[in-house]
Amino acid sequence: MQFMLLFSRQGKLRLQKWYVPLSDKEKKKITRELVQTVLARKPKMCSFLEWRDLKIVYKRYASLYFCCAIEDQDNELITLEIIHRYVELLDKYFGSVCELDIIFNFEKAYFILDEFLLGGEAQETSKKNVLKAIEQADLLQENLDFQIRLLPAGVLSPNISSESTGLFQS
Amino acid sequence: MPAPIRLRELIRTIRTARTQAEEREMIQKECAAIRSSFREEDNTYRCRNVAKLLYMHMLGYPAHFGQLECLKLIASQKFTDKRIGYLGAMLLLDERQDVHLLMTNCIKNDLNHSTQYVQGLALCTLGCMGSSEMCRDLAGEVEKLLKTSNSYLRKKAALCAVHVIRKVPELMEMFLPATKNLLSEKNHGVLHTSVVLLTEMCERSPDMLSHFRKNEKLVPQLVRILKNLIMSGYSPEHDVSGISDPFLQVRILRLLRILGKGDDDSSEAMNDILAQVATNTETSKNVGNAILYETVLTIMDIKSESGLRVLAINILGRFLLNNDKNIRYVALTSLLKTVQTDHNAVQRHRSTIVDCLKDLDVSIKRRAMELSFALVNGNNIRGMMKELLYFLDSCDPDFKADCASGIFLAAEKYAPSKRWHIDTIMRVLTTAGSYVRDDSVPNLIQLITNSVEMHAYTVQRLYKALLDDISQQPLVQVASWCIGEYGDLLVSGQCEEEEPIQVSEDEVLDVLEGLLVSNLSTPVTRGYSLTAIMKLSTRFSSLNRIKKVVSIYGSSIDVELQQRAVEYNALFKKYDHMRSALLERMPIMEKTATNGPAEIVQTNGETDSTILDTKHLPNITQPASQANDLLDLLGGNDVVPVIQTTVPTKPASAGGELLDLLGDLSLTGGPTPTPAPSVPMSQPPFLLDGLTSQPLFNDIAAVIPPMTAYNKNGLKIEFTFERSNPNPNIAVITIHATNSTEAEMTEFVFQAAVPKTFQLQLLSPSSNVVPALNQGSVTQVIRVLNPQKQQLRMRIKLTYTHKGSPVQDLAEVNNFPPQSWQ
Repeated sequence: MQFMLLFSRQGKLRLQKWYVPLSDKEKKKITRELVQTVLARKPKMCSFLEWRDLKIVYKRYASLYFCCAIEDQDNELITLEIIHRYVELLDKYFGSVCELDIIFNFEKAYFILDEFLLGGEAQETSKKNVLKAIEQADLLQENLDFQIRLLPAGVLSPNISSESTGLFQS
Repeated sequence: MPAPIRLRELIRTIRTARTQAEEREMIQKECAAIRSSFREEDNTYRCRNVAKLLYMHMLGYPAHFGQLECLKLIASQKFTDKRIGYLGAMLLLDERQDVHLLMTNCIKNDLNHSTQYVQGLALCTLGCMGSSEMCRDLAGEVEKLLKTSNSYLRKKAALCAVHVIRKVPELMEMFLPATKNLLSEKNHGVLHTSVVLLTEMCERSPDMLSHFRKNEKLVPQLVRILKNLIMSGYSPEHDVSGISDPFLQVRILRLLRILGKGDDDSSEAMNDILAQVATNTETSKNVGNAILYETVLTIMDIKSESGLRVLAINILGRFLLNNDKNIRYVALTSLLKTVQTDHNAVQRHRSTIVDCLKDLDVSIKRRAMELSFALVNGNNIRGMMKELLYFLDSCDPDFKADCASGIFLAAEKYAPSKRWHIDTIMRVLTTAGSYVRDDSVPNLIQLITNSVEMHAYTVQRLYKALLDDISQQPLVQVASWCIGEYGDLLVSGQCEEEEPIQVSEDEVLDVLEGLLVSNLSTPVTRGYSLTAIMKLSTRFSSLNRIKKVVSIYGSSIDVELQQRAVEYNALFKKYDHMRSALLERMPIMEKTATNGPAEIVQTNGETDSTILDTKHLPNITQPASQANDLLDLLGGNDVVPVIQTTVPTKPASAGGELLDLLGDLSLTGGPTPTPAPSVPMSQPPFLLDGLTSQPLFNDIAAVIPPMTAYNKNGLKIEFTFERSNPNPNIAVITIHATNSTEAEMTEFVFQAAVPKTFQLQLLSPSSNVVPALNQGSVTQVIRVLNPQKQQLRMRIKLTYTHKGSPVQDLAEVNNFPPQSWQ
């Protein structure tokens, strides 16, 4: 995997993990173009597209797009599984994760990602082990930060995926 | 100084901003606060500040002033600091900054830390963004950790090693000993990362690959692990939808692919397990299909037995019918890769593939189109073409160019009949005419020219198409060219293939003139139609009308049109005797072997796409234009008049002659030479050989002595010889004409004719004035094709003006040295 991007339906970046060395300017350009391309895709289209010389695998979970760039020899279908595994990990950690969790706890999202993937490859295939490691690391922190998850006021229509919609709801 | 606000607080605040400007203001304020806090070297809150900075960085604001702070955090002893510090390093630093090298020492220390989570942080950072220098410095530490018994660290070290190898391939050897018993681990994390490491090593180095194949016996080990995964019962820890650790399975399959490629023994050893995986894997969910996909890729790449290959293709065929479009996409991609090697097996799924042309997804449509073209053959051409033409009608504009080109190629290769071919082309031109590539116009013209019996039919259909729509330029260009060439057939109503239409000369001229004035026509198209009108001057009787049109455009603003019109005008006025010969029917054009089908003619200096048209232009500025009325050269029945290759507008391009191949002109002359049966299409395209190289003479292997061909009245003509490099049947002769009298010879024209069994091409002369007193010479190149290796004979005709009076002479040249024709 060369990079992974998480962004909202309005195109706001929520997480960016780069496994290849690129300048800040290049990263910004790639991000901008790719976000535009993916957001332009219609819902019925398949999750893969060719972009420059890379294969892009993306999947939408509620209001968040998870987008990975893989190389020619990588397996697209298993990349979808990797994305799904990451969402599962986030879900288990935050308890019914939604976009807001990732906005307010972005550093935790990174920590979890870094326990799951290293250098673009999966380092641990057991969900349990990844979560255990994070748990232990959290305990190590001298300041235990209890994050209060913000719940937006108002009733949300079930059809609108907003930042507080659990990622596993369609 | 109050404590800096907490991270979550900041995030909440920024999110309340209603405009971009408001957000920017908040950010700037906070950045200022953070900066002063950094200046004060505040240890307590550094972590919090960097975290805030990282958030603002994600929003797109500059955060470079935090880079050094990250380093300080990494060096701290607090775990929280290290965590944020390393994260910051990964986000803000990259190998381009020198700052990152300062991390090296910290990382080194942390790799040896007592707490495994700190070691983990260091390994992770190094494995994600370590530069080559860092990797070089720290490779030893990584290697040490690769041998530890702590599986948490071992798995991270393995992936870190992968990164090191990618950055510094020479260090690969170093990790070899540590890989010894990686695969005997029980821990799946270690197994997975080890397989990745082994894959990287095998991909990079053929030596490593054979080492792992032979010495380590990797294949049996992998087969064993894979088997356990499949056969073992439910393992909650690694289960995904009923499949045990699909990530590991896929990686193992990929490594097996590399090990089995090109190696019979390895391929055989993995045959069974591949068959097992292919048949036993659950296909209801994406996971199972992911594994099947990898299996299919492996089967196709290794030396598998045919039964297995058929199994693989059938899996792909089943994928094509899957509801999940992702699976269909993947299937089409894989089929595209295998269609060359397993063509027949893929053919069986042709109808499914053609159905995919109607899919809604753009990527699937494109893949299906590429695959369809790959599957077209002589048997299915009619059916496939129907589908493809339908697709061409309805597809997105981005596809049309590729689809049209593909259709042309396929039609050319497999057309069942000429009429079908022409009909297909017509269909493409009328449906996607504006998307057709520029180079298809000359290709089509060549095709039409060569389908002699279809000329009437073609021109009729094209004319009718023009009546309907003149907006699609390639169609219009081809149509005007054809009307120019075959207008006489159109008017005489000679069509055999279908009901001939009644059309008068005036109507035809109306259409062509309409093209000239229409806003839809591009300058190129206008050029085509003007030339077509001109050509009709020898085929139609309405000369006055044509003359009028031509003279009007003599003052056109478009330079190209103006030049053509002026030259055509001159043709009417001064060179009328040459007009019929110049505007004759085009002979059959051969495709050259050297140029691909996309480039019929690549002439030096000529970039005009209407190359074929410009060749008809006489260049009035060069009085050396060789006249084509060579009939008076004919002495006996065995002599064939030479078709002068027309003079290019740039005198310097000696090699830039047209492929005006010699049809066998009937000796009675006339504007419609029938293609000579004695000139088979398979003849080596000698006229174009060596065209692109200047000078033409590049083979001096056989040195042939020069000879004097003619020497009379002070005019001496010498022949020097070369053999044309690519084709030994071609002799290249240069004539050197010198004048020993005291007066120069002007308007010097050299003509030559050869017996029927030869073919001759005359290139343009260096000049038409032979200076007096041998002060210079006129040179001209003749190329003679002599496939039957008969004795070379030539008849030459010389005309020039000497001391005010014209001189003309005929001579036979029989004294060619034997080497010139043997």
